[in-house]
Amino acid sequence: MKRWVVAVLAVVLVLGLAACGGNQSQGRNNANDHTGASNSPASSEDNQSTVGQNEEKVLGFSISTLNNPFFVDLRDGAQKAADKLEYKLVVLDAQDDSAKQVGDVEDLIQQKVDLLIINPTDSAAIVTAIEAANQANIPVITVDRGADGGEVITHIASDNVAGGKMAAEYIKEKLNGKGKLVELEGIPGTSAARDRGAGFNEVIKADPELTVVAKQPADFDRAKGMSVMENILQAQSEIDAVFAHNDEMALGALEAIEAAGRKGIIVVGFDATPDAVQAVEEGRLAATVAQQPVLMGEMAVEYAATILKGEKVESYIPVELKLVTQ
Amino acid sequence: MTWKWPSFQRTGPLLGLLLIAVILTILEPKFLTVSNLFNLIRQVSINAIIAFGMTFVILTGGIDLSVGSILAFVGAIVAGLLAADVNLFVAIIIGLVLGALSGLLNGILVAKGRLAPFIVTLATMTIFRGLTLAYTEGRPITGLPAHFRLIGTGEIAGVPLPIVLTAFFFLLLYLVLNHTIFGRRVYAIGGNEEAARLSGINTDRIKMLVYMISGVSAAISAIILTARLNSAQPTAGLTFELDAIAAVVLGGTSLSGGYGTLGGTLVGALMIGVLNNGLNMLNVPSFYQQVVKGLVILIAVLLDRRKSNK
Repeated sequence: MKRWVVAVLAVVLVLGLAACGGNQSQGRNNANDHTGASNSPASSEDNQSTVGQNEEKVLGFSISTLNNPFFVDLRDGAQKAADKLEYKLVVLDAQDDSAKQVGDVEDLIQQKVDLLIINPTDSAAIVTAIEAANQANIPVITVDRGADGGEVITHIASDNVAGGKMAAEYIKEKLNGKGKLVELEGIPGTSAARDRGAGFNEVIKADPELTVVAKQPADFDRAKGMSVMENILQAQSEIDAVFAHNDEMALGALEAIEAAGRKGIIVVGFDATPDAVQAVEEGRLAATVAQQPVLMGEMAVEYAATILKGEKVESYIPVELKLVTQ
Repeated sequence: MTWKWPSFQRTGPLLGLLLIAVILTILEPKFLTVSNLFNLIRQVSINAIIAFGMTFVILTGGIDLSVGSILAFVGAIVAGLLAADVNLFVAIIIGLVLGALSGLLNGILVAKGRLAPFIVTLATMTIFRGLTLAYTEGRPITGLPAHFRLIGTGEIAGVPLPIVLTAFFFLLLYLVLNHTIFGRRVYAIGGNEEAARLSGINTDRIKMLVYMISGVSAAISAIILTARLNSAQPTAGLTFELDAIAAVVLGGTSLSGGYGTLGGTLVGALMIGVLNNGLNMLNVPSFYQQVVKGLVILIAVLLDRRKSNK
């Protein structure tokens, strides 16, 4: 019996510590978070009593994972914008688990946040949670990955079509508007592969001097990028540039090109992964198209503010990309 | 004195749960609302159902690490069938049978193969995960019929359906464990397997049955989770076995078998759910949440040691 009491007290202590620890770390991120101390019993009344002076809006942000630099940047961008607007941002990490994410969103709904920013782990699995938010009349924004259902006010994501165009323009410029190109496609049917390819081909098709001599899927995979490129190198004696729908395939293609001893082929990737950026610095990869997760996070919170003011926003907000070159 | 033990064992976890709930309510009044409690129990249902089955296995002194993978496998197959327009009830029955057979495989290997349950279920955990990834090609299965989703989102008289299903399953297993010869034999094997065998109990049969119950529990959870997520995820159920084991141990069941109750497991599952939900409500960053959950499990293990020392 005594041990049970000790155990329960230990749990209580741990809970208390965690609650304090949590608020400390939030304090670090959010200097303006006056009412953030939800570990005091009066905190929820605080939220209501401060309505008069400065109604603090609370945004719930359910993020797919914080175990990946891209999403940490996304969170940091959102936090930055929230601090500027003096909003409170509640971030819950789904740890790439769709089931946990649905629970997280339900918990945010119970907290009655003013708006939900959701970065889904999976487009289909998030629908239940979005519908629950709709029922609770909490507006929902999706970021980076979209949702298959439920009412979403706006989707904020990288403009993959523009990124594909950007890669094509860069190749065109490097080749002085003339050359034979190879396109390594992502997993067929994915929106990233479709949009990146569409942007790229739009520019290439407009220019009769540029021809795509080979176009094959390599499923966003480095090993497949390599083997597909090996086959293309066998078949095509003349190649001036390669555009891959992601960096993994670009790096795989690069391996194949270097192994075959072919010189002067420009390779352009997409995503600006650390490996790819290093390859760009070493001069092996010509360029990679970078998403801007910090900007994406900032825009998510800024559009949240616009929505909370009752203004209309477009259903899709593209986030600019940028080209990383040497 | 000795026969007073059970009352501590029974009430200890419940007192712990109530105390945590009271503290959370003081810290965050929104915790104790009907809608949040329904929300919380609905989230708990998936782990609770798996943990009910796990209780039977652990009572015999075994362990089942494969439940998360069986869940993913059954979820994928049921979703695959539904996406191919197979009748809802047929698909669910196939899913349950598949769960039972998966559990039976574990049971045969443990009982007839005389292998350590930890190793057997570690292996089948990997096998079922691999089969799931192969079947789904690593992608979620979507396009499920709307009426199937009701299993995860529907309500009966205002009570979410997953909660109703959990309650029914609990009652069923409670009767099996406490009011059948089979139930008594489960305890007997966990208490002293050799003695149980010598007294004429077919221990192999009982062991195979408990792993089957565990497999069926995973299958029921798989169906609820798939409905809730509107899709079968190839990575569904990762680490669910650990949450289930944690719930069983938190509920006061001895990891060495022979001692424990199903009610305790329910309380244990609720405790984990209350922690998950409560820490979210308190805005504790997820990294700290994991620390807290880990510490709570540690405490439970310490309690388990106390029991084996008694």
